[in-house]
Amino acid sequence: MSETTAHKIPVTVLTGYLGAGKTTLLNRILSENHGKKYAVIVNEFGEIGIDNDLIIGADEEVFEMNNGCVCCTVRGDLVRILGGLMKRKGKFDAIIVETTGLADPAPVAQTFFVDEDVMASSRLDAVVTVADAKWLSHRLKDAPEAKNQIAFADVIVLNKTDLVTPAELNEVEARIRAINPYAKLHRTERCQVALADVLERGAFDLDRVLEIEPEFLDSSDDHDHDHHGHDHHHDHDHGLKHYHDEDMQSLSLRSDKPVDPHKFMPWLQQLIAAEGGKILRSKGILAFSGDDDRYVFQGVHMMLEGDHQRAWKDGEARESRLVFIGRELPEQAIRDGFAQTIAA
Amino acid sequence: MKEFNLPDQAPSIASVTDRVRPVAIGAPVTAVHFLGDKAVFIGAEETATLVAAGGETSTVVLHGGAILCSSSDGKRIVSGGDDGKVVALDANGAVSVVATDAKRRWIDNVALHPDGAVAWSAGKTAYVRGAKGEDKFFEVPSTVGGLAFAPKGMRLAIAHYNGVTLWFPNMAANAEFLEWAGSHLGVIFSPDNRFLVTAMHEPALHGWRLADARHMRMSGYPGRVRSLSWGIGGKALATSGADSVIMWPFASKDGPMGKEPAMLAPLKAKVTMVACHPKQEILAAGYSDGTVLMVRLGDGAEILVRRNGSPPVLALAWNAKGTMLAFADEDGAAGLLTL
Repeated sequence: MSETTAHKIPVTVLTGYLGAGKTTLLNRILSENHGKKYAVIVNEFGEIGIDNDLIIGADEEVFEMNNGCVCCTVRGDLVRILGGLMKRKGKFDAIIVETTGLADPAPVAQTFFVDEDVMASSRLDAVVTVADAKWLSHRLKDAPEAKNQIAFADVIVLNKTDLVTPAELNEVEARIRAINPYAKLHRTERCQVALADVLERGAFDLDRVLEIEPEFLDSSDDHDHDHHGHDHHHDHDHGLKHYHDEDMQSLSLRSDKPVDPHKFMPWLQQLIAAEGGKILRSKGILAFSGDDDRYVFQGVHMMLEGDHQRAWKDGEARESRLVFIGRELPEQAIRDGFAQTIAA
Repeated sequence: MKEFNLPDQAPSIASVTDRVRPVAIGAPVTAVHFLGDKAVFIGAEETATLVAAGGETSTVVLHGGAILCSSSDGKRIVSGGDDGKVVALDANGAVSVVATDAKRRWIDNVALHPDGAVAWSAGKTAYVRGAKGEDKFFEVPSTVGGLAFAPKGMRLAIAHYNGVTLWFPNMAANAEFLEWAGSHLGVIFSPDNRFLVTAMHEPALHGWRLADARHMRMSGYPGRVRSLSWGIGGKALATSGADSVIMWPFASKDGPMGKEPAMLAPLKAKVTMVACHPKQEILAAGYSDGTVLMVRLGDGAEILVRRNGSPPVLALAWNAKGTMLAFADEDGAAGLLTL
């Protein structure tokens, strides 16, 4: 993938609940003097204060794939619009897809895993979620869409921090981290984030799957749950409370013993087939027995892609790491299943 | 993937490559149509290039942006653009605006009726401009994926998500709905008006026998089918999407049901375009590696028109008499063969 991604147009998915500040961020991206030209696929025409003939209205038509898998949905309108935009390639450097506040990011992301034309011409760069520091905690309770958007994110712009107290800010950040400890999080007012922090992230590049360390967890607390007296409300050094979200979690697995590819691959595929509806994102780096190359994979629901990435370096710890973010994950079954794939 | 050279393009294959007149369009091409003996190469953006049989070229501006679709009846070409315009071009190079979308939406599909009517779509709405100039429109439940006029009568097939709507613009009667789950991106009637075939988002075709709406499923392609062409007077449908031309038999009353398709001209590249000869049992095929072949349907004998080693062939057409073949690749390297 990395050899062929160079000429593909990067696509950033911009999501976030109603009123969080997506349009503010979009206007900044379009108006800032960065020397790049963006094509933008939006849902609400007219909110963008920039005159640009590369702003295209979309309909958010979500189609089921004809493969009997109900969670394999794609954005049909996106397939069409990207196809049309590619006739003008050379006129823009990157594409931004803004979703509505109530949208599930999965069909957008999955479009980049299943459509052959889309895959040939463009690549998903990152899912960027704008969150409202004042209201997100409420939305996480009453709006499943908001939780999906946080769970799915590679980058979270925690916006409107000027409208909350430092204690409230820590509270909302802790709630975000309970769902998704892996996204890069930026605290902003009026979406004042460096554009380099939201664009050209390469979050879906297999070569960067290795960057799956949780953002706020110390390496000493690797969330491995080996210690069963784990307390979900203890404080960490950084002052963030450790919440446990009732239905959306992340699960991290590690092994420093080699993994048997002949056991691991069937297990992963079976897990994804059975639980892919619940698993929003998955990533992993594997040290297979008898294999000097790192194997990396990533997935969105039931779509998986993986490849041998590069040789393990001398002195590099051959450690396998997996991360799943999802809803009501069957944690013990996943842990037990993974343990069975360790090479004897 | 690495480039490879095909061993089968050794001297054993008959070649007419030296009789092809090369044409440099100078910009990406997405379609070619003939207006009489003039080949008209439709650019990806803005312009069309008219090439006369003698090689004289002229360029005309059709749209203010991307050209998203085009269709021809041999007398004129109608195109739709991301500038919201439907534009007609005649053989003299005269351009006229047929319609402009009030909201400047993209014109995703166009179709031409033999009597002069034009159809186009923007979003979920299909429009018909009748031969007398009156406009009608019809909205389907999701974005229009393809349009085709029936060869007889005033009937428009509108492909969309989960099926095809058959609309009779001149009749008050309800439209007919042919249902099949999935996204239908292209649609074509058989010349005898007995069958309707769609190219789906997944790598498959779907068909209906119009008399009784009986389903026909044509699958097994490794890639999406983008090019369809009726051959042998409508008795077979040639298709792209595999590493050989897949030709479905439509001669019997059941169409291709229960029959195997013919597989012609296999190469180590994907067929991107097919164009059946209008009179003889010959077809032309363009490939993802830039190859263009002529293939005799009876025995599969091949004649090389263009060697491999260039971007995919995205435009391929015969003139109405079947005396000229035009092709172009993605980068605008084009050619004209006079037989």
